[in-house]
Amino acid sequence: MRSLFHKTIALLLFAVMVTSCHDKDSPNYQYMPDMYEPVSYEAYGEYTVFENGQEAKLPVENSIPRGWMPYEYQNNPQDAAAAKSGLTNPLAYTEDNLNEGKQLYTIYCAICHGDKGDGKGKLVEREKILGVPSYNDAGRAITEGSVYHVMYYGLNNMGSYASQTTIEERWQIDHYVMSLKNSLDGAPEREFEKETAKTQLLPSRADADIYKEGEDVDQGQSGANTRATEENQTETQE
Amino acid sequence: MKKVILRQSTSRQQLLSVAFLFSFTFLCFSQDTPQQDSTSQAMENQAAAADASTASTAQVGAGDATAGKELFNTLCASCHKPYSNSVGPALNGITERHDNDWIYKWIHNSAELIASGDAEAKAVYAEWNQTAMPAFPQLSESDIDNILAYVEQPKPQAPTAVAGSGIGEGSGAGGGVSMNIILGILIFVLVLLLLVLFLVNKTLRNFASASGIVIPEKPKRKPLYKSFVENQFLVLTSSIFVLLAVGYFAYGWTMQVGVDKGYQPIQPIHYSHRIHAGDNEIECKYCHSSARTSKTSGIPSLNVCMNCHKAIAEVAPETATEDYSKEFYDKEIAKLYNATGWDPASRTYSGEEKPVKWVRIHNLPDFAYFNHSQHVSVAGIQCQECHGPIEEMEVVYQNAPLTMGWCINCHRETNIRIEGNEYYEKIHEELSKKYGVEELTAAQMGGLECGKCHY
Repeated sequence: MRSLFHKTIALLLFAVMVTSCHDKDSPNYQYMPDMYEPVSYEAYGEYTVFENGQEAKLPVENSIPRGWMPYEYQNNPQDAAAAKSGLTNPLAYTEDNLNEGKQLYTIYCAICHGDKGDGKGKLVEREKILGVPSYNDAGRAITEGSVYHVMYYGLNNMGSYASQTTIEERWQIDHYVMSLKNSLDGAPEREFEKETAKTQLLPSRADADIYKEGEDVDQGQSGANTRATEENQTETQE
Repeated sequence: MKKVILRQSTSRQQLLSVAFLFSFTFLCFSQDTPQQDSTSQAMENQAAAADASTASTAQVGAGDATAGKELFNTLCASCHKPYSNSVGPALNGITERHDNDWIYKWIHNSAELIASGDAEAKAVYAEWNQTAMPAFPQLSESDIDNILAYVEQPKPQAPTAVAGSGIGEGSGAGGGVSMNIILGILIFVLVLLLLVLFLVNKTLRNFASASGIVIPEKPKRKPLYKSFVENQFLVLTSSIFVLLAVGYFAYGWTMQVGVDKGYQPIQPIHYSHRIHAGDNEIECKYCHSSARTSKTSGIPSLNVCMNCHKAIAEVAPETATEDYSKEFYDKEIAKLYNATGWDPASRTYSGEEKPVKWVRIHNLPDFAYFNHSQHVSVAGIQCQECHGPIEEMEVVYQNAPLTMGWCINCHRETNIRIEGNEYYEKIHEELSKKYGVEELTAAQMGGLECGKCHY
């Protein structure tokens, strides 16, 4: 009896020791981790050489990523009105673009705006976010330009989606949003267009497209050609 | 027949096992009852709250507040809240600040009213940082009356607050306390049982000695280990067995070195994937947008959080669970506001940003190449395939071992997606012919070649 009692205590202690060695909060030990530990700075890492200790940095001011184009309109009511009336979708209304736009819409927009664009997404149904208008709201009367402008800068409670999507992706979503508005209005479906050279000018995905056009004209002066293409793109955006 | 006193040892065991069995049945039932109680209590509370709100609706009269609520929620609520300032001013008390005709005009087309030079309109426009309110020509005057009736309802402060906290805490505390009490009682009963048995044993022994019965001593036998050592065959087989067992466990132990499966660090902000991805069904790629297009899935920058949390400053009472209260979650949202420098009262960013030091959970060493977009966009694999039931995780843990064997196993078993991939059609056809299969696995595409992941 006595010895059984002692054994139980010993067993309990052992069990506690074994379980306490396993700690979920810290990673497991490694054997000779030479190759496990990176020599270079890791993305999002914390290192003293950086200001604020942050490896993740913002790009230098006024620098532009390759293939990206600055957006001409500023974030103010005047430019919003100008974009609403003047800005149009440079992408062709093709089935591919629409399908791509639908996928992206489902990821980024449908959670509030609803799969049909009627402003009844999951978050609205659960009353987390309220006041999401339908796309055929008469007072707003959205256009291709206004949709893009709002995606770029956000409006009121809606945030900017510029960091999650590329230029091309936003215009694809734009096509899909306008098609949703169309079906909410009960208007006939818009016919698909054919892809033309002019509608492929968008840079985003991109360097490949720029090179392709550069090669078409002259292989030697790709730099100059790229610039020419970029100017071309600015024109189509406006 | 000899009088044996210590016979009850078996009966004692039986008694103990019966007690043990009962303790489990008690446990099973104890889990059911309190929850039912709390839910019914919560339902009663909600019913009471609903009654209170309908009562207050009836008091207002003028417009139809229930119709107004629906209109308000779809059209106004993105910028206005009834009782606190948002993008626009709080609407409670608006009929005292402005007269109804002016409100109709303003709602139908505020820009026109400002342009016409109306002093009141200009003042409002200037006060709210020249934020233009969209026009609502579709609203009739009776619609607007309904909305006004809804926003002019007195703030349902006391009843809903009490009901809300009652629901949150009642179910949480009730369940926890009753469980603890029952466990305590069980332990107490067991201890009592042991004590009684011990005492019975003791008194019986006393009786025995008093009535002169000698308790038979167990005769000393040859110790077990001696007889074991003497049997050489047994020693040989058992030592082989022990060696094999040691080898087995040693192998198991070495194979877990450097494997972080189950790693569950505490994050600086308690972000619950259960609430976001589970309850609210937000797409994984909404926040981890770079998983579509790049090697890493990325830690979402805080502006992505603010896309929604500009509007959501506190969680609903029903979001709270037994382990995490509403106050706890609200504090975590406040941490986000602190990091982004967002002031929810004035709805502006102070510009003072603090980095959030998230703890990385899935660490793949640099000598192994892994590309998220290749798996997510091209192969169309669900995130849960590797990351486990992420939509149920309150605190995320590493679900997969992330070992090479694990990678390769999946490559052997997973068929690749060929549809809509015309560019590689020829290669796919040739490979199918070569291996004589209909559907190619990732391994047959070269997914096992060393250089694909290690270079």
